[in-house]
Amino acid sequence: MLSVIGRYLIFLGKLFTRRESLKVYWKRFIDECIGIGVSSVFIVAIVAVFIGAVVCLQTRANLVSPVIPIYVVSNIVRDMTLLELSSTFMCVVLAGKVGSNIAGELGTMKITEQIDALEVMGINSASYLVLPKLLAAVFTFPLLAIISGFLGIFGGYLAGTLSGIITPEDYVYGIRYSFIPFNVFISIIKAFVFGFLISTISAFQGYNTRGGALEVGQASTSAVTNSCIAVLIADYLLAELLT
Amino acid sequence: MIEIKNITKSFNDRMVLDNVSGVFKKGETSLVIGASGTGKSVLLKCMLDLVRPEAGTTLYDGRDFYIGDEEDKKDIRREMGVLFQGGALFDSKTVHQNIQFPLDMLTEMGDGEKKDRVEFCLQRVGLEGTGKRMPSEISGGMKKRVGIARAIVMNPKYLFCDEPNSGLDPLTSIKIDELIKEITDEFEITTVVITHDMNSVLSIGDKIMFLHKGKKLWEGNSQAIMGDTVPELEEFVFCNKALSLMRAGK
Repeated sequence: MLSVIGRYLIFLGKLFTRRESLKVYWKRFIDECIGIGVSSVFIVAIVAVFIGAVVCLQTRANLVSPVIPIYVVSNIVRDMTLLELSSTFMCVVLAGKVGSNIAGELGTMKITEQIDALEVMGINSASYLVLPKLLAAVFTFPLLAIISGFLGIFGGYLAGTLSGIITPEDYVYGIRYSFIPFNVFISIIKAFVFGFLISTISAFQGYNTRGGALEVGQASTSAVTNSCIAVLIADYLLAELLT
Repeated sequence: MIEIKNITKSFNDRMVLDNVSGVFKKGETSLVIGASGTGKSVLLKCMLDLVRPEAGTTLYDGRDFYIGDEEDKKDIRREMGVLFQGGALFDSKTVHQNIQFPLDMLTEMGDGEKKDRVEFCLQRVGLEGTGKRMPSEISGGMKKRVGIARAIVMNPKYLFCDEPNSGLDPLTSIKIDELIKEITDEFEITTVVITHDMNSVLSIGDKIMFLHKGKKLWEGNSQAIMGDTVPELEEFVFCNKALSLMRAGK
């Protein structure tokens, strides 16, 4: 375990040495933003809306005491969405989509000697291939967290108002009630950290693949599971630090 | 000229290369042959410093390739062209972009100049008009030729080919061999080919190095290989039915 962490840290160090020109990275960064960020908007939107809706319904179903005002439902939806669902839960979903994609792509490049082809040209393959992905992930994940937060709260609104469990006025009142703006920053900071972890862990798994198609599949699976574990551990540590 | 001296490499206590030395001259096509698993590809990777041997050195025109960091080696790397076994074309780029890639990354050439150079290389390997295709849309032989075009686009001094004929039909194999030989002669390149194809050995091998169980057992040219050599090499060469009939008929 320690040797794997050590190799991971050495791999991270490789990303920032012998870099190519800014022009090269800029084009690749834009491509990766589209591949990692833009292509994830749909799944993030779907997950956020439905999770927000479910949280609203479940919260209402479990708030049986008549002394608790109804706007507490949207209050809980807001805080759960901002603190956990739009960042942690969304990033666990993205670990599956983005993480497996990164690991699969790099693993395939490794076994077909495309990475060797870059190395013999004198190009730092780790920096050229992975750094744009890392930068794209830490840039787009917070944006996706914002989209997810907004849509999660909206999903709760739709579910609550359409099912008649809460009026629109009560829902909006609950969202505004004792709102702590810093919670939005917590969500963004978490997404930033999780983007870093998911992209680098998945890239590490893919880049170090040895063997054939079977090993590429195993690398993809390991990328997802290890990313999820890292996200959950980081979530706990960030919760301790920021709240 | 490339000189390898006492290259030794093992993986997990298994000796893969044992004190291999040799000289590969400029303008010659040098072949490294041997059965599967004898260390040919590992030798190539050691020469390219994709794998660092435990002992020994590789000299490129007198320059020790294992001294210094990657920045120091960049000059030598820019003089290399490598054709990998499967072509190693970048899946996300077109044929044209694949060939142009070294120019984009390693030179300050203008777009027009790069385009002309790529078109020249495509024409040289007989693939004019295929620039817009993706690697997944071309055949295995075409991939090898695109690989050769990418390997020569920077006007290399050293060309390495790792089993260039693997997976190809006999006619296409001959075309690839001829192309490698023509390019070597035309541009006075030091060419090293890793192969176990006896047709290549007899048709383009100016110098042949035979590896057996990680050791260099024999060295010579394509005429000498048909004569008396060492038992392991004779077994390797004359297991080919056509060659054994030829020898019997001599």
